[in-house]
Amino acid sequence: MTTLLTVLNAGNTAWLTMSTILVMLMTIPGLALFYGGLVRSKNILSIIMQCFSLTAVISILWIAFGYSWVFGTGFHGTGLGAFIGGFDKTFLQGVGITSVMAPSGVPEITFCMFQCMFAVITPALIVGAFAERLKFSSFLVFSILWTLLVYNPMAHFVWGGGWLQQLGALDFAGGTVVHINAGVSALVMALMLGRRSDYKPDRPIAATNVTYVFLGAAFLWLGWFGFNAGSGLTADGLDANAFLVTHLCTCVAAMTWMAIDWICSARPTTVGACTGAVAGLVAITPAAGSTGVLGAMMIGFITACCCYWMVAYVKPKFGYDDALDAFGVHGVGGILGSILTGVFATAAITGGAKGALYGDWHQLGVQCVATLFSIVYSGVITFVLFKLIDKTIGIRVDKRVEEEGLDIYEHGENAYN
Amino acid sequence: MKKIEAIIRKTKFEDVKEALLAAGIEWFSYYEVRGEGKMRQARIYRGVMYNTSCIERVLLNIVVRDKNVERAVAAVQQAAHTGEIGDGRIFVIPVENAVRIRTGESGDIALYNAEQEK
Repeated sequence: MTTLLTVLNAGNTAWLTMSTILVMLMTIPGLALFYGGLVRSKNILSIIMQCFSLTAVISILWIAFGYSWVFGTGFHGTGLGAFIGGFDKTFLQGVGITSVMAPSGVPEITFCMFQCMFAVITPALIVGAFAERLKFSSFLVFSILWTLLVYNPMAHFVWGGGWLQQLGALDFAGGTVVHINAGVSALVMALMLGRRSDYKPDRPIAATNVTYVFLGAAFLWLGWFGFNAGSGLTADGLDANAFLVTHLCTCVAAMTWMAIDWICSARPTTVGACTGAVAGLVAITPAAGSTGVLGAMMIGFITACCCYWMVAYVKPKFGYDDALDAFGVHGVGGILGSILTGVFATAAITGGAKGALYGDWHQLGVQCVATLFSIVYSGVITFVLFKLIDKTIGIRVDKRVEEEGLDIYEHGENAYN
Repeated sequence: MKKIEAIIRKTKFEDVKEALLAAGIEWFSYYEVRGEGKMRQARIYRGVMYNTSCIERVLLNIVVRDKNVERAVAAVQQAAHTGEIGDGRIFVIPVENAVRIRTGESGDIALYNAEQEK
C-alpha cells in the first residue's frame, strides 16, 4: 500500500489534515454537546467526560496497535489476514516521515491520524444508548474492548483489505464500520441494561439544554464534511461530490423531520430538526462516494421518515430505553444508508459499480450482506462484552447514584455551581 | 405587621415591581417558583407529545406595616391582572415581629426608615 516512490501531494495532504481536524470536532465538542444537552443537568458532565476521555484513550490505543490491526499487512495472504491486518505497524513501527500513501500522495502519518478520529467517534456514538446509568470504569473497559474486538476487525473487513472489501461492498466513509456498528451495539446495550429507573416510554425526559443540542448538531454537521469529503483521501471531484451530497442529504433530512414534526405534533421543534440533520448525515455516509444529487435527496427523505417513525413510535411501543436514540438515529440511519447505497449508487460517480436503480441488483445484494454481517457481528460481540463486564466489575451504577446523578457520584463535581 | 405573599405571572414582574414602588413599598424579596395546577402545556420530544402541568411563576414576599397592607395588595392585584386564568393569588399573613439586624430595633420600626418618613 505504501511506497517510497509515490510523490507527496501537498494539496491532498492539506485537505486530509483539515479533514482530520474536522472529524475530531465531531466527537469533542460536537457529540459531547449534542448528547450532553439531551441528558439532565445532573449527568451532563458524565457525557462530556465519556466523549473527552474516549478521544484520548482510543487515540493511544489506535497508535499502539489499532492502526496495525486494521491497516497492517503482516498477516496479508494468510487466513488470519481476513480478520486483522497484522502486528507489523505496532506503535507505528516503520511509518516514518517519508512513508507516502499511493495513489493519493498523503503521508501515512496523516492517514493514520485521519483514521484515528474515526476510531474515536465510533464508540462515542454508543454513549447515547447507555447515558445516565453506566459506571465510568465499566464504560472505559467496555469501550476499549469494544474498539479492539468490534471496531478494529470491522474496519479491517471493510477498509483494510478484508473480505467485505474484496466482496465489493461500498462503504465510502463508514456506514457499516461506524454507524451500524455503533447503532446496533447501542441497541444491545440499551436492551440489556434496562431502562433508567425513572424513564416512562410515554413521558420523555426533557433535554437540559437545547442550545447545546443545537451547538452539538452544528459541530457534527460541520465535522461531517471532513468525515465524508475527506474519506476519498484526495482533494478531487469525488470529494467535491461527497461534500455536495453530504450537505444536500442533511438539509433534506432536517427539513423532512421538521415537516413531520409539524404535521404529527403540531410544532416544528429544535431538537427534532437537529435530530433529522444527524440522521441525514449518518445515512449519506456510506453513499457519499457513490450517489449524486437524486440519491442524496431520496436517502435524506427516506431516512428522516424511518428514523422519526423509529424514535417516535417504535421505541415508546417496545419501551426500551435507548436514552438519546443512538440506535434510532445511527443504527437505523446507518442500515438505511448502507442498503440505499446499493439502490442509488451511480456509475457516473463510482466509475463502475452501480445500484439497483440503474439495473445492478448484485450491488444491492452485496450491500445487504455487509449490512447484515455488521449487525450480527457487533450485536453478538457487544452482548458477550456486556455479560463479561457485568459479571466481573458490574456495569450499572447503584440506584442511589442514578437518582442523584452521575456527575456528583462518579466524577465528584457539578456542571452548574 | 403583615406578610403579603403574591404568586404572579413571570411576565408581570416588572409591572408589579413598579406598582409597588409607586405605592411606597421599597423592599421585598422574590423567588422563581414552580407549581402544579389545572393548566396543561403540550411539549414535544422527538415526536413524542406529552403534557406538563408544571407552571412557572414568581413569588413575591412583602412585609409591611398594617397601614400599608391595603395599598400593597391593591398595587399587586392591579398590576398583575390580565383577566386570563393563571393570574395568580395574593395571601396576607400576620407577622409576629421583625428585627433590623444592623440596629437591633424590633417591631414596626424595623420595617421602615424613621428619618425618611414624615
